[in-house]
Amino acid sequence: MLNYVLSRLFTFIPTFVGVTLISFGFIRVLPGDPIIVMAGERGLTAERYAELEAQFGFDRPIYVQFWDYLTGVLQGDLGNSFVTKRPVWDEFFSLFPATLELSTCAMIFAVVIGLPAGVIAAVNRGKLYDRLLMSTALIGYSMPIFWWALLLIIVFSGNLQWTPVSGRIDLIYYFPDPTGFMLIDSLSSGQKGAFTSAVRHLVLPTIVLGTIPLAVIARQTRSAMLEVLGEDYIRTARAKGLAPGRINGIHALRNALIPVITVIGLSVGTLLAGAILTETIFSWPGIGKWMVDSIFRRDYPVVQGGLLLIAVAVMVVNLTVDMLYGVINPKIRKR
Amino acid sequence: MTEAVTEVARPSALKEFWYYFRENRGAVIGLWVFAAFAFLALFGPWIAPHDPTAQFRDATLQPPFWQEGGSWTFPLGTDPLGRDMLSRLIVGARFSFFVGVVVVSIAATGGILVGLLSGFAPKWLDSVIMRIMDVILAFPSLLLALVLVAILGPSLTNAMIAIAIVLQPHYVRLTRASVLSERQKDYVTSAKVAGAGLPRLMFITVLPNCLAPIIVQAALSFSTAILDAAALGFLGMGAQPPTPEWGTMLAEAREFILRAWWVVTFPGLAILVTVLAINLMGDGLRDALDPKLKRS
Repeated sequence: MLNYVLSRLFTFIPTFVGVTLISFGFIRVLPGDPIIVMAGERGLTAERYAELEAQFGFDRPIYVQFWDYLTGVLQGDLGNSFVTKRPVWDEFFSLFPATLELSTCAMIFAVVIGLPAGVIAAVNRGKLYDRLLMSTALIGYSMPIFWWALLLIIVFSGNLQWTPVSGRIDLIYYFPDPTGFMLIDSLSSGQKGAFTSAVRHLVLPTIVLGTIPLAVIARQTRSAMLEVLGEDYIRTARAKGLAPGRINGIHALRNALIPVITVIGLSVGTLLAGAILTETIFSWPGIGKWMVDSIFRRDYPVVQGGLLLIAVAVMVVNLTVDMLYGVINPKIRKR
Repeated sequence: MTEAVTEVARPSALKEFWYYFRENRGAVIGLWVFAAFAFLALFGPWIAPHDPTAQFRDATLQPPFWQEGGSWTFPLGTDPLGRDMLSRLIVGARFSFFVGVVVVSIAATGGILVGLLSGFAPKWLDSVIMRIMDVILAFPSLLLALVLVAILGPSLTNAMIAIAIVLQPHYVRLTRASVLSERQKDYVTSAKVAGAGLPRLMFITVLPNCLAPIIVQAALSFSTAILDAAALGFLGMGAQPPTPEWGTMLAEAREFILRAWWVVTFPGLAILVTVLAINLMGDGLRDALDPKLKRS
């Protein structure tokens, strides 16, 4: 097991360096001189230009610049936003809980519905339930989620007036946010109606963001279950006279879960990509919206730092999934 | 004594493929829808009842014909600038189709070449290539595409380039994996012994046997490309107005969602139907081309 962990860590490091190289390169491949871009339309005197060049270190050899960047990154220094002047690192971690809360809810939504749907479809292979569920899953999988969001807004916010259109909570509520997770903070604030308001704001974004993972999980669970249901030990279990619920729920599902967990882990990238669209549409103050806004505002340090932190987050999750995979599936460790 | 010749003609590969593909009803429906989509993409401007950019100022935000205030002149209604929705949707098909074709061609060609190289290369080069692919895959695809477009400047061409770059590692991994498993086989060794050079070994001996999963991937990434391009258009980083690209149309229509449902509903429906058809086809292709599933 230790060897397995070490070998996974060993491939993590070059990928990390590569990711920093890309985010380092980002600001340098932009068309035009970054300092001129930063100065905007005001223009610069030659002295101020030289001063800024020295300040950002652009006058030094490129490998020295990269080394400084890399050591800075490892110490949590990603530069400051052009717009707010705050450190990118602080901005990221103040917005991250919002995205984490939304993604977690979306993932729970996807698993809670997708897993049973896949199992039901597999157990009823070829029957009406299977066809209905899998057609629905394929539609979900093909869904342009930005359009799906707009449709849900038309129906639930426009026609039925059930849910608000944007934000995380109604503006009438104000309380400190020690954790950054609106559900927890609103509950602990003790204000009447705050928690309900937070939940109502969360429902539509959760459905929108969870749709594609839900479809993927349902499809994957079905095919993994089908594979396992064809195994000899399932036939043995049936021959022993075990109840179908026990066979499907315990003998089969447990083994079918291995590929499903991988898919859930790998959906984290999909979730973050989806968060960009979902947060933009619902004005959800998280990482996705922050990135899109920064791209439009040409706030390059934010784009650069955000890109790096998001990639690292995805890598860490993938690494964790790999490790978990090694724990639940001993076969993989030997390789 | 003469031996009886009992030679059964092997069905042609295409026939065999069609036999299995036809089994899957969804895939056949997908194929028909895709054919209609391709037809619209090629001949759209000649079919569309109006010029997609013509603005009929006295008929802005007209609802579809079955609603009160609608007319057959604009069967699916008009947008806020008085442009005919149906014509814009029909002409818009070519942008999505074009995106799919170009992105898949670039990503597949590049990915197959790099994947073949990686599969045949010495270990160190293989490791370097795969680590580079890991780096690209570490970024959420849409985010990387968005940042690339921000660097290159927002346009449909740049969106296509960005999406192709983002999708390419999947082809590299797939090709490399197939190459590695094929290389072990006896027919490759015999070709090597017979004196086949490296290029011949790569492109003529091994590559055709790796194509099945790549074709399936091509179908699936065709739909991903359409979705991503539409998403970029929706965020204002893809095709620019007044291009009737479906994602861009949605972005333009956003502020009218509560007043005019049709300007939002139809472009999205067009994207969904197209992507769904391609995914259905992709599933059928996988069933028909995957020998493991065929036997079961």
